[in-house]
Amino acid sequence: MTTKADPAGPAGSARQLSERRPLGDITFQAVALAAGLLVLVILVLIAVSTSQQASSWFSSEGIKIFSSTWNPTNNQFGALPFIYGTAVTAIIALVIAVPVSVGVALLLTEVVPRRWARPIVYVIDLLAVVPSVVWGLWGILVFAPWIQHYYASVSSGVKGIPVLDSLFGGQTSGASFFTAGIILAFMITPIVTSLSREVIATVPAIDREGAYALGATRLEMINGAVWPHSQAGVVGAVLLGLGRAMGETIAVALVIGSSATITPHLFAPGYNMPAVIANEFGEATGLFRAALIGMGVLLFAFTIIINVIARVIVERSGRRQRGA
Amino acid sequence: MAATTGQSVDLREPPSWRRSKNRIATILMVISFVLVIIPLGFVLFTVIAKGISIISWQFLTADIPPNVLPASIGGMGPAVVGTLEITALATVLAVPLGVLGAIYLNEYGGNRLLARLIGFFSDVMTGVPSIVMGLFIFTIWVLHFGYSGLAGALALGCLMLPIVIRSTYEMLRLVPDPLREASYALGASKARVTVTVVLPTALGGIVSGALLAIARAAGETAPLLFTILTVTTVNRNVFSGANTSLPSQIFANASSPYVGAQARGWGAALTLIALAFILMVAARLVTARFARNLQ
Repeated sequence: MTTKADPAGPAGSARQLSERRPLGDITFQAVALAAGLLVLVILVLIAVSTSQQASSWFSSEGIKIFSSTWNPTNNQFGALPFIYGTAVTAIIALVIAVPVSVGVALLLTEVVPRRWARPIVYVIDLLAVVPSVVWGLWGILVFAPWIQHYYASVSSGVKGIPVLDSLFGGQTSGASFFTAGIILAFMITPIVTSLSREVIATVPAIDREGAYALGATRLEMINGAVWPHSQAGVVGAVLLGLGRAMGETIAVALVIGSSATITPHLFAPGYNMPAVIANEFGEATGLFRAALIGMGVLLFAFTIIINVIARVIVERSGRRQRGA
Repeated sequence: MAATTGQSVDLREPPSWRRSKNRIATILMVISFVLVIIPLGFVLFTVIAKGISIISWQFLTADIPPNVLPASIGGMGPAVVGTLEITALATVLAVPLGVLGAIYLNEYGGNRLLARLIGFFSDVMTGVPSIVMGLFIFTIWVLHFGYSGLAGALALGCLMLPIVIRSTYEMLRLVPDPLREASYALGASKARVTVTVVLPTALGGIVSGALLAIARAAGETAPLLFTILTVTTVNRNVFSGANTSLPSQIFANASSPYVGAQARGWGAALTLIALAFILMVAARLVTARFARNLQ
């Protein structure tokens, strides 16, 4: 969070006339502090308690936790297919969502008049209100059967073309990496849009006016004045979207096809880390359960790293802009 | 428009290719907005079209029948009750703690390292995947005390906590310092100023932020999968025994091949979206009221 500079902020700094602070005051501060510390305690507890339950997977498999063989009946628990699937679906989601989100953010800040911007923001917020499981329900019962035909025709269309064939060729299925990526894109668009909009809105008006005064068109003004200012912040917003896309569970669990394979074919069924935890945890015991919890530990570590980097970037760009 | 030579040249108009590029960029922005509208429209339309016919008092109250039975029999009563119970309990757990945490950050912490650390990691915590929260409560609670609505509420509470902290913190920052200073000048203690002056001033914003956090939590499935399981009859005791919720039932029914189960899934989805929508509208109303009060 941002730092505060106002003199009355940490008002404990104001020297009180009487030496003794009332007991109630001290108690209240202690309770508030405890509530704040709870955040740190929970984060540490998540890491400790889940790692503990996953320890049998980490210790028995060692480096093999990153192997590509996932076969619960043979007690082989390699996480690579799921890490691969997580990366692939998240990348597809970003490729679709980022241009759209930045486009909408620019539309809201630079093009439409303010009284139109408000209803558009409501609509985008509405997208965020649709629960993950409803996206999943719609994805598997309506969207996947519909888009399946397009996958099939694209797949036969690219037959023989080197790179495209390995990406979009082969067997196609409605429930696939690509379907999961598209649904994820819908789900992360609101957060990437609203964060980009916040960043872009902090560009000083004087920079915009300067560019216009030099005779720039709107596009030239965006390239010359808005973009250099907000580039870093938008990267941070995109990283936060990436974190969301990696951790989003239920919608993906329904539409990804549930097949632990590593394949370049994006239209083929796959799996990712949150989805396998959600789908298989119910039946899992012993080492199987430890492996799934361990996958949760890996997911926690990845998302924490990405979120820390993203927050640092967003905060830095914010500070620089206020300084400017 | 190169043919304008000889006539008076409008200095404000850039050359045509620059104007066309500008126009193309604007059109692309509008297209990106349309691309956002289309899936949203489709989802809402489908959920309403498929869900509205099954919604009835019976659907909202009756027990959940086996999946093979048609949509006309049974309903989602246990899931409605479960969602309300669990979300309410999560709210009771997370909102007071979140508000207190934000009070620490804004009123006591100031620029201290600890406060900055808590603020930073509370933002990071909003990015922790909900399924990880579910695993966390499973390992720390369910393994020792068994499945219950309370376990689900703990998981949802962990998700809500950082959201409430963030939104409350933003509201507390807006409270003007002269209000605080005036109260200090009257000899009030810091706790008293916070409770009787700062919090009432920011109340509208805090409530609306909390409502949005509740709307988000009510739709979560992943944290509930390993903490409450599912049941087919109403469990009124939120503190013990397995429970169920609307999102859990939608997840279970979405992968069912039976038409009746799918229809109940759509009905539950509509109920859930309506619930989230009501919370969102309530938040907007509170915000509007609050903004008017401040002026």
